[in-house]
Amino acid sequence: MSARSMRTAVAVLVAAGMVAAGLALAGCGAGDDQATGGTEGGRVTVFAAASLTESFTRIGKDFEAANPGSSVTFNFAGSSALANQITQGAPADVFASAAPANMTTVTEAGNADGTPSTFARNQLVIAVPRGNPKGVASLTDLTGPGVKVALCASQVPCGAAARTALDAAGVALTPVTLEQDVKGALAKVKLGEVDAALVYRTDARAASAEVTGVEFPESARAVNDYPIVALKDAPNPTGARAFVAYVRSAPAQAVLAEAGFQAP
Amino acid sequence: MPRRRGRVPAALLIPAGLGLLFLVLPLAGLLIRAPWTTLPQRLTEPGALTALRLSVQTATLATALCLLLGVPLAWVLARVEFPGRRLVRALVTVPLVLPPVVGGVALLLVFGRRGLLGGWLDATFGLTLPFTTAGVVLAESFVAMPFLVIAVEGALRAADHRYEEAAATLGASRWTTFTHVTLPLVAPGLAAGAVLCWARALGEFGATITFAGNYPGRTQTMPLAVYLALETDLESAIVLSLVLLVVSVGILVALRDRWMTNA
Repeated sequence: MSARSMRTAVAVLVAAGMVAAGLALAGCGAGDDQATGGTEGGRVTVFAAASLTESFTRIGKDFEAANPGSSVTFNFAGSSALANQITQGAPADVFASAAPANMTTVTEAGNADGTPSTFARNQLVIAVPRGNPKGVASLTDLTGPGVKVALCASQVPCGAAARTALDAAGVALTPVTLEQDVKGALAKVKLGEVDAALVYRTDARAASAEVTGVEFPESARAVNDYPIVALKDAPNPTGARAFVAYVRSAPAQAVLAEAGFQAP
Repeated sequence: MPRRRGRVPAALLIPAGLGLLFLVLPLAGLLIRAPWTTLPQRLTEPGALTALRLSVQTATLATALCLLLGVPLAWVLARVEFPGRRLVRALVTVPLVLPPVVGGVALLLVFGRRGLLGGWLDATFGLTLPFTTAGVVLAESFVAMPFLVIAVEGALRAADHRYEEAAATLGASRWTTFTHVTLPLVAPGLAAGAVLCWARALGEFGATITFAGNYPGRTQTMPLAVYLALETDLESAIVLSLVLLVVSVGILVALRDRWMTNA
């Protein structure tokens, strides 16, 4: 082979390689899920609300132990962002939302396999730095001078619940920031940048080393139902149904109760 | 006349075409999916305009801050010999590779209420930066300044030293030389750096939301508004993205024609 034709051959190979790499990139989401999806268990991709981070991580591990050969991958974020990702075609098997409204987005788009079921309930508390240095005892205390408060944006479930609770209490509150999800609001308390945030009881409990959760009566007016559903276009439908069933089983419900969730 | 003519090699043409498609298709997607019929009404929503105004203001202030601090820094890096210069240069570029969210956390640890300087600023001057518009400017400057420093330092290194030497020979002080010879000499590089810096500041998301939070009219810039709109209303998010795209492309084109024709 002459040097020239050698060069041409190499060049063509490089170009072909690049095209192949591009195609592989484009198809990888579907490709490797199908490769593992055929076996019992396989990989289950769960899109779950940010407030489920700790409990679902544990439930995922328990599920893997109970179903050898399976592995659970999580995408934790604000429920509304997740609902949008799913309706835009993200390859998810299961959706667990922190509020029915975001689940409705998914069911109305025809993405659910069956009817969603409520697997837990959650309530808001006032998260304050550990020891409660400002002595916050009620929602009204949050409107005091020099008290900085973080809320979730009203687009996400914890923000909607916070609005409902504040309205129920008749408290007009101007927060310093409207965070994208409940973990963002909690982080601002942990960092000491705000004096309080309205977060779920479960989030305050998970961060009990750094924050204290102050209960307040109006939170009963804004209880969030958490629905879960297997998705119609799930790359791994068997695994999806198995995971949904597991979340409703006694061992998983015990994990959720321990995290501070109420039973449905 | 090209030295060697002939067919453009497929090995270059194919990846070049794919690269172009990869960069342009998402922008085309934005245009195709835009809700053109409801566009005027969505554009005049007060929230969108507030976020746009805040974005343009903060990006401009951030660029001013970067010019004020970044140009002298670039000059020192290019013109002054000192031990550890390479290390300093590397440090200056760190925000380029740092995930912006990490930059935001780092800013909180320094300028936050419990931060190294933040506590002192609060106690002495009653000045708090997180959750303020000033905080947005600070976050944007942190992320955007390396672009300016690198561009200006490059221009300084490429500039002909002989003009500066001539000025010095004629008795000009180093400051006079800097303002009357060096700055005009590197003006195109400076303009290019400032534009890059402004564009980066305009698009800043991670450091801003982490350090300055998100509150309409005060810290909610356009990228934050896009992200939040995405939570509920895809079409609003597309409209906001489109506005951001038009503004940034428009300004880049305008400045390019005026200042950077030969840069």
